[in-house]
Amino acid sequence: MSTDIRIKKGLDINLVGAAQKETSILKDSDSYQINLDDFHGIVPKLLLKQCEKVKAGQGLFFNKDNEEMLFVSPVSGVIDEIKRGARRRVLTITIKADGTDSTEKLQTVNLENDSADQIKKALLAGGCWPFIKQRPYDIIANPADTPKGIFISGLDTAPLAADLDYTLAGSEKYLQAAVTALGKLTSGSVHISVKGSSSVLAGLEGVQLHTVSGPHPAGLVGTLINKVDPINKGERVWTVNAADLEIIGKLLLEGEFDGSRTIAVAGSGVSKPSYVRVKLGAEIKTVLDAAGGLTDENVRVINGNVLTGTGVASFRYLRFYNNSVTVIPEGNDYELFGWAKPVSNKVSITRALTLSWLNKRKKYNLNTNTNGEHRAFVLTGQYEQVFPLDIYPMQLLKSCMIKDLDEMEQLGLYEVAPEDFALTEFVCVSKQPHQKIIREALDLLHKEIG
Amino acid sequence: MSLKNKLHLLKEKYSDKKYAPAFNALHTFLYTPNETTHSGAHVRAVDDLKRTMNTVITALIPILIFSFFNAGYQHYSAINGFPSDFSVLEHFLTLDNFLVGLVTILPLVVISYGVGLGVEFLFAVIKGHEVEEGYLVTGMLVPLIIPVDTPLWMLAIAVIFGVVIGKEVFGGTGMNILNPALTIRAFLFFSYPTWMSGDKVWVHQAVERAGTADAISGETILGSLAQGADYSYSVSDMFFGFIPGSVGETSTFLILLGGLFLIFTKIGSWRIMLSAVIGALVMGLIFNGVVDAGWIHSSSKFYHLMSLPYWQHLIVGGLAFGIVYMATDPVTAAQTEKGKWYYGFLIGFISVMIRVFNPAYPEGVFLAILLMNVFAPTIDHYVVRGNVKRRLKRTKKSIANLETV
Repeated sequence: MSTDIRIKKGLDINLVGAAQKETSILKDSDSYQINLDDFHGIVPKLLLKQCEKVKAGQGLFFNKDNEEMLFVSPVSGVIDEIKRGARRRVLTITIKADGTDSTEKLQTVNLENDSADQIKKALLAGGCWPFIKQRPYDIIANPADTPKGIFISGLDTAPLAADLDYTLAGSEKYLQAAVTALGKLTSGSVHISVKGSSSVLAGLEGVQLHTVSGPHPAGLVGTLINKVDPINKGERVWTVNAADLEIIGKLLLEGEFDGSRTIAVAGSGVSKPSYVRVKLGAEIKTVLDAAGGLTDENVRVINGNVLTGTGVASFRYLRFYNNSVTVIPEGNDYELFGWAKPVSNKVSITRALTLSWLNKRKKYNLNTNTNGEHRAFVLTGQYEQVFPLDIYPMQLLKSCMIKDLDEMEQLGLYEVAPEDFALTEFVCVSKQPHQKIIREALDLLHKEIG
Repeated sequence: MSLKNKLHLLKEKYSDKKYAPAFNALHTFLYTPNETTHSGAHVRAVDDLKRTMNTVITALIPILIFSFFNAGYQHYSAINGFPSDFSVLEHFLTLDNFLVGLVTILPLVVISYGVGLGVEFLFAVIKGHEVEEGYLVTGMLVPLIIPVDTPLWMLAIAVIFGVVIGKEVFGGTGMNILNPALTIRAFLFFSYPTWMSGDKVWVHQAVERAGTADAISGETILGSLAQGADYSYSVSDMFFGFIPGSVGETSTFLILLGGLFLIFTKIGSWRIMLSAVIGALVMGLIFNGVVDAGWIHSSSKFYHLMSLPYWQHLIVGGLAFGIVYMATDPVTAAQTEKGKWYYGFLIGFISVMIRVFNPAYPEGVFLAILLMNVFAPTIDHYVVRGNVKRRLKRTKKSIANLETV
């Protein structure tokens, strides 16, 4: 079954440096790292100490609130460093790879007969549970819940994003296994959005397919949820990245955690934008080398895409959920009368002497400059042009800023994740940090209401 | 070392000083800052508040230049009589006219910006935040909505009042409830009514010549209508703006161009402008209907204003200027797209109503906009509640579904 969703409000930011469709397969890098920032709200209990040996797929730590939820090592080797921050909070765990492929072997799952509980156990023990996130709050799902639906976006419309139909080609077997298993965990169905019938994910069975078209954020899972079955107070839905289905499927069918993904390495700062097959947590440097290295010194390497990714600066490893690395020029320079002169090399949704409306197909080499200073909200009606959800974005942001819990709830905070506010943040004339505002409000609401 | 680097070093050197915001304001005027993104999206659209404000100012420049010529034209015409064979090049765009504008209007602009930005800088330094751009537009609007001979000291006091009470006490740009430019005008209007209305204030030197042998006067069209007097201006005079009035309000033609420019650049809200025009036309039609039905006698003091053809309300007085430049102020207008329709309509509707029923001061636009400024949050409240109700209904339905399962 398939339904059509057409998104009208949105914005495609066309950047130079899209990844060419050729994949280099990377040998193991020297070291790997798990960054605890990726697991928002999880308090870890370590299972291993420094210098201890670890196999790929062996648990590094578990969730303090749920001992069954393991977070596993992507590679076999030795725990090299456990970095702690304030109040001895674990920040990162670095593993020195030993070059062997010794992998923790788990029991495979019988997809036909196993119950939901058995599947949950397998995912928890195999380290694949963290791939399942829940809304509200955009955090790792609670295995005790039964969500009203599981949503997967099968197209990534973010700037320079990986083409999922390319990266997932050939792994249909694993994708099918993953969605079949997920289907048992929900009282509703597994909803998947695809570009069209030729998409890799369009062939999956036992799921609700939705054909989605239109500009970004058509490919965000939040958009899919809002258009298909919006979240109401008290309800839970789960989301999974399409790229992670492959890892989940492998665990279920073969009993091994294999954190390999085909990721896009893109952006104007990369010499040869292309795809790289690499394990999660690998060193970014090896990934960039595989794509021909950097073109310039003054660049920003981003784990993820330019809208929602994290800057690399001090953490030089791939993150847990990434399926792309983007490199763009830093914009740490002044521009004479930058606010007054006509600009043709930057993107805008207005026509205030900004010329990007003249040629919608033009590709831009955007840098990280904010193009202006932080101000109070002044303009209205701008966010609505790029925000397709049935929510008043500015009113919601304001309620979050003044920490009005009732108002947040009523205006639909349950339905959103920070990434849904990436485009409004991009167009914001007042340069307000929308994603941060939403993240903090979600945490507050989670803490106060649960 | 280039200017860019020198300024950068200065900025670093003074970054922790109290007057850093004042320096930064000037610095960022010259150069967009070297600030990069730290959280969230790594790239940002090119628009900032300066560019936005600059767009509105650009839309006001033709009106300012026109007003220079019109000040002179009205002045000399009041002395020598209107030319019977009026030609734009010969009688309007002359150096003499322009010079009158230069000595009367330029000081208004200078005082408006000087005093207003002075107050803004002062507040930025005291409160330790950056100087915000809101006053860039306000400073240009103020000279355009007051009579040409407004004494400079009055303007200065009004500007201080408007910026401090109208804006800064609420927290600065983006936080104010009332349009600052209109707050300034309202202050002048209620504090110095003799300088803001009547038949002596619209033409340069009319006040000082009053009672002498050289006395001149220039009544606005609305003023004439309110007194039941005739006026000698043609519709094309009204449309192109060769009439007396506040400095920048007269040329509906240039205001229309400015409005189209703001709509094209997507800076001004076409919803507000369109609905305000509709509101004004509807009220005008109602009044025309009252006259046509014979419900009002020609001796009534409202008769003449009511019988003005409904569409002419748009080309006399400050209605067009108010709709395009004041009602669309995003901070004080309704903020939801649906709310903007109600907000705009009511501004047009109430403007014409006040204009007709308040013959002592037959200019209702600024009062109507200020009134709607106050009601804009209420309008938004009900629009947003609609969304909230929809969400609640959905929740109830899904709970009901669960119970039946």
